[in-house]
Amino acid sequence: MSSQKTVVESSPKGSRTVRIYFMGKAYDVPEGLTIMKALEYIGYRFIRGVGCRGGFCGACAVAYRLPGEYRLRTALACQTTVEDGMYIALLPYSPMEKPKYNIEEMKAEAGYILKIFPEISRCVSCNSCTKACPQELEVMDAIQSILRGDIRKAAELIFDCISCGLCSIRCPAEIRHMYVFQLVRRMTGKYILPRAKHLEKRIEEIKEGKFDAEIEKLMKMPIEELKRLYSERDIEKA
Amino acid sequence: MVEGYPPEMRKAIKIVEETREERLKKRYRRLSLEEREQLVKKWHPDYRPDTKRALRIGPSKGTIVYNEVADILESWPIVDPEEIDLSKIDYDVNILIIGGGGAAAAAALWSLYEGVDPDSIIVATKLRFGDANTVKAQGGIQAADRPEDSPVRHYLDTIGGGHFANKPELVRALVMDAPFIIKWLEDLGMMFDKTGEGEMIEYSGGGASRRRLHCARDYTGLEIMRVIKDEALNKGVHVLEFSPAIELLTDPDTGAVSGAVLWNLETQEYIVVRSKVTILATGGFGRLHLAGFPTTNHYGATADGLVLAYRVGAALRDMDTAQFHPTGVAYPEAILGELITEKCRSLGAQLVNANGELFIYELEPRDVVASAIIRECAEGRGILTPTGVCGVWLDLPMIDMIRGPGTLKRALPAMYRQFIRHGIDITVDPVLTYPTLHYQNGGIAINVHAQVLNPMDEPIPGLLAAGEITGGVHGRNRLMGNSLLDILVFGRRAGLTAAKLVKEKSNKPKISFKHLKKYTEELRAYNIPRDRKAPVILPDYRGNPDYRGKNPFLKILRISI
Repeated sequence: MSSQKTVVESSPKGSRTVRIYFMGKAYDVPEGLTIMKALEYIGYRFIRGVGCRGGFCGACAVAYRLPGEYRLRTALACQTTVEDGMYIALLPYSPMEKPKYNIEEMKAEAGYILKIFPEISRCVSCNSCTKACPQELEVMDAIQSILRGDIRKAAELIFDCISCGLCSIRCPAEIRHMYVFQLVRRMTGKYILPRAKHLEKRIEEIKEGKFDAEIEKLMKMPIEELKRLYSERDIEKA
Repeated sequence: MVEGYPPEMRKAIKIVEETREERLKKRYRRLSLEEREQLVKKWHPDYRPDTKRALRIGPSKGTIVYNEVADILESWPIVDPEEIDLSKIDYDVNILIIGGGGAAAAAALWSLYEGVDPDSIIVATKLRFGDANTVKAQGGIQAADRPEDSPVRHYLDTIGGGHFANKPELVRALVMDAPFIIKWLEDLGMMFDKTGEGEMIEYSGGGASRRRLHCARDYTGLEIMRVIKDEALNKGVHVLEFSPAIELLTDPDTGAVSGAVLWNLETQEYIVVRSKVTILATGGFGRLHLAGFPTTNHYGATADGLVLAYRVGAALRDMDTAQFHPTGVAYPEAILGELITEKCRSLGAQLVNANGELFIYELEPRDVVASAIIRECAEGRGILTPTGVCGVWLDLPMIDMIRGPGTLKRALPAMYRQFIRHGIDITVDPVLTYPTLHYQNGGIAINVHAQVLNPMDEPIPGLLAAGEITGGVHGRNRLMGNSLLDILVFGRRAGLTAAKLVKEKSNKPKISFKHLKKYTEELRAYNIPRDRKAPVILPDYRGNPDYRGKNPFLKILRISI
């Protein structure tokens, strides 16, 4: 760390700063910024490694180490505040091919998943994936649930997956988790969750033209009358 | 590292805690239409005289728009057309879809269902396929499918919420297509929140008279996007990522839109695409930071498509209104402006001022709630953060008290995560909130077939549009849960129309920049500064005045090699 002398003195006077190391260069940045905002503060303008900036899209995966620690930590740049002594690298892309499949020709069975992703049977339960997950999901348990044939359990466990790819980068079995989990969720939604009968009924009613005349009437109604109708409509309890 | 609330904010939270028991029994009354109007006119940014101006050039000359929108519409193209060689076409396709969100994916899929060859469709996206506001939509998607509800009610709620300025035939399409869209998603394998019998678990949204919001936890938009993206990729749709459109192309003989010039953000090459039909699904303007507000929007929401459409003659409507989401994050600073979903209020969380008082019914339409929060802060009943941001409390711990322990973590996992990362446990403490720029209510005019219209209400040949870029569906204010619906209803309609047009058109169109001639003459006539260029493509936060972590010491020098 002592070899890093390239400190950029560019912090607003009076604010407390932390020193971060980005791709080998040292910078002092105001505390409280996210990693993403700290890098913009330094002078970076992102093309890769940025997306929703709210923790939903998984574009801004980063790996970092803290001083005095051997552990390689993983996080989302838009959701993690900078800490003093942080060594940071961006991992904006996790290389993997998305296999094509036809969901209509499947059932909610592990065999269909294993056929496309045979590598999941190589899972050694090392739990590296779970430790890497910035969403703190039970990633390894989900893979093991698939192997036990419990598709629904797997889907529930990893529903909050944002496809950042960090688990796959750490996985010694080289599993393409985000695509495995996408298939698991679609299988669950399509073949395991019961269908909404009230939805089917409403679709029939619309096809029969049940609401056409009433909507037509509203469309032609003078605005004052429409306003009255709107104000007087009953409102269901939240 | 900044953890939890500082002592002075802790003191303010005490008042929230002390009044909670009493407030649990109370609700603020609903306002009458007149009261709503008075509140909005006094406090909403749409009515501030300094935020807007009349457009001087283009098809909707004279229209009042936000200053930041006027700036990009009164802008020069980012490249000199003379420098682009149109004799070499890189991609010659039937359908070019510009945009990477839900509307784009829906358009691609529905044109495929109608028999268009996947090899003749290109989706060009600015960032990755799926990087869009779609994935950030937490609350849900509206569809009137319960027996207590009807599309007629959905129509009335939408028109009333939009201040009766919506285009009626677009609203009819929205509400009547809605149940079909939900069914489509269910068939594709979307994991909706359901009861054990398969009944959809539906919540109330602001301004809706029935519980009508279909959810997938608080990842509804993400779940929609990843399912339809997966399906589009399974079907073999070609996606050009990191290749935003920088200009449309037109046929010099017919004036029809006939493709676009794309820009490879990484190699800086341009790409010429000729297409029989072009669909704009580029989203809205959040990252322009209208009136200096922070935004909930994703990084690419810079209204690029609006600029491109305006240059080929598209009419604008309702562009003088913007939706400020009532509850953006006001603390901690690290996530300032991010969304606190309306679902929190659907689940029972109350808005509370510094005195521990209720001041608005939480499920009024968004512009009304936002105006009330701005009023509380302006009149000294807000709470100040250490960095000088003002806000009011959203009393989240009430949710578990009303609906049972564990509800909040189960129904709002994304929210819980976002705050616990900064040391704030929302099952125990309230969060501080202030309005944030959320949605482009208006946009380019379209008809029910998603065809883009000129000021005479005639379709511009070859050009379709869907989603937030368009205006008319939501009038002057959009209801919660109607935007996820909008992108799929009109994305689908754009796909269907495109497929029909492709079958009708046997000849390949010509490509040119002819439409820019008149536009640039106007720019010249009004002495628009030469360095003002659009589309914006990406925001620049290196010293941006809205950006609160800004670095005043940066000295950026642009060198082109």
